[in-house]
Amino acid sequence: MNSLLAADQASLAVFGHDPLWLVILKALVLFLGLVLLTLFTTWFERRVVARMQQRSGPNRAGPLGLLQPIADGLKLALKEGVMPIHVDKVVYLLAPMLAAACAMLVFAVIPLGPVVSIFGVSTPLQLTDFSTSVLYILAIASLGIYGIVLAGWSSGSTYSLLGGLRSSAQMISYEIAMGLSFVAVFLWAGSMSTSQIVSAQGASWWYCILLLPSFVIYLISMVGETNRAPFDLPEAEGELVAGFHTEYSGLRWAMFFLAEYVNMINVSAVATTLFLGGWRMPAPISTWWPGANEGWWPILWFLGKIMVMLFVFVWLRGTLPRLRYDQFMKFGWRVLIPVSIGWILVIATLKGIQNEYGSDLKTTLLWIALLLVVVAAFTFVLDLRRSDDEPERPAEFDAFAGGHPVPPLPGQEFVVTRRAAATIPAVAVDAEAPSEGGEPTHV
Amino acid sequence: MSDERRFFRGFGVSFTQMFKKVTTEQYPEEKVPTQPRYHGRHQLNRHPDGLEKCIGCELCAWACPADAIFVEGASNTEEERFSPGERYGRVYQINYLRCIFCGLCIEACPTRALTMTNEYELADTTRAALIFEKQDLLGPMLPGMVPAPHQMVPGTTETDYYLGKVTGAVAAQSAEAEARRLGTWTGPQPDEEVTA
Repeated sequence: MNSLLAADQASLAVFGHDPLWLVILKALVLFLGLVLLTLFTTWFERRVVARMQQRSGPNRAGPLGLLQPIADGLKLALKEGVMPIHVDKVVYLLAPMLAAACAMLVFAVIPLGPVVSIFGVSTPLQLTDFSTSVLYILAIASLGIYGIVLAGWSSGSTYSLLGGLRSSAQMISYEIAMGLSFVAVFLWAGSMSTSQIVSAQGASWWYCILLLPSFVIYLISMVGETNRAPFDLPEAEGELVAGFHTEYSGLRWAMFFLAEYVNMINVSAVATTLFLGGWRMPAPISTWWPGANEGWWPILWFLGKIMVMLFVFVWLRGTLPRLRYDQFMKFGWRVLIPVSIGWILVIATLKGIQNEYGSDLKTTLLWIALLLVVVAAFTFVLDLRRSDDEPERPAEFDAFAGGHPVPPLPGQEFVVTRRAAATIPAVAVDAEAPSEGGEPTHV
Repeated sequence: MSDERRFFRGFGVSFTQMFKKVTTEQYPEEKVPTQPRYHGRHQLNRHPDGLEKCIGCELCAWACPADAIFVEGASNTEEERFSPGERYGRVYQINYLRCIFCGLCIEACPTRALTMTNEYELADTTRAALIFEKQDLLGPMLPGMVPAPHQMVPGTTETDYYLGKVTGAVAAQSAEAEARRLGTWTGPQPDEEVTA
């Protein structure tokens, strides 16, 4: 482990030597880039989801409707920011800033490319990096949840409070699965620094193939983390009044909107960095064209990969209906987290064997482990589907036992009164009776 | 099909959907024609010689469930004739803020004077502008028509008009319309109908 840390320190040596003006320049470019990318993403999402529904989407403002986000932004900026009487003013104003600021901070450690020369200064295309930068990403993402919780709490409205609670419960639940899906990456790359993980993927397969279960878990949990369809329960527009940002309007609401879209870009960037090889082009192209992974080109590959991930977000939204809250929580806690832990166990074992006996066992064991995990996950899901949490109930059911009429629960039958027994043919009663655990049939 | 296969098929559906033709109509730029029997703005028709078909009977107004039509009939005179026969519609208004385009007025009209066009762009900024008067509703002057008021085709009766025997304006009618336009009309000649 000490040797790994030493290796980290050696390759992280390129960071932390930028002059102040370059740091400010990089931060500014990142900020502006994120805002522009957010504007583009709102347009992109609306166009793509419109095409999936055979509509044309925004097409009035500018060519192909490209200026629509500008028009929307201007509208929001000019709108009145209504502040209800009962709000806790300081927290109410702080919450959207917290959400937006935390969303912006993640990109500080995302590697966009190799070392290049900017105005004569040789510097990596990354604001900064350190040996635990992925943990920093997780920490900042968790801080962002405060924005949502505080927004819900400070609004002084029951609906906002409940919306905020739903949001934070969801985000915290899925953050666990997300964090666990990173562990396999850490083990395989031998580092928690984003630039190291990218360079480790340059030497082997991309981790989306090598660590497929981790990638799948991450893909699912990132959607839950960003409150996007089909996991957009906190702000389900068909069911709720906007959730935690019910009482926000104008620019303050726009901050939450910005935070949500920047978070989408963030998780896409993290997926790109940790699982899709970061800014690197894969082997066939980089051997044919060695310049692909040098200079400024990698930014293009990185943006391309982000766009693919954003398309996946839109695709999910265009395809899947919203989950019910209990199904969603059950899925997070009873499927994603146990499967993650099992997968980490397998990966840790493999890594241990590899460290002990060398890498000749690696591939065989990897495939065996993959098979095992898939089988385990499959049986787990099957079991989850079969087992119903219904308690034992008496099969006979008296609708008036509590003094007022109630419907039977699954598996219960109405008491056949003498009068009913006389009118219903005996065969029909017999056919009803043996259905065990099924839905009650009404004649 | 199993649930899993259905789940993944959904993604295929939304993906292939992207490459299908967009069904949105680009309305103000491209106007797609309506169905031929679409209920649009009304039109007051004319006989082939330019006399109005409306006889001011108010049946359309009585049939209207939304009370959108106002009609006031008046008698034709030999000096000023708007329609063949006894009566004509002096005032004819349709309020398009009330009209529900049900077409009952068209069914009620005994002379086919009132029909509906396919025009649907009926929006305006004031209430008054959406009450269409007779001059707004009258159909266009087609070739062979001369604008009312003018005499009937000499030698014909009201019945001949409804039997379709009148196919266009004759010289006497054109001369009357021209004289009225120039302000030199002195009234019908007393013996005209007899001589024709």
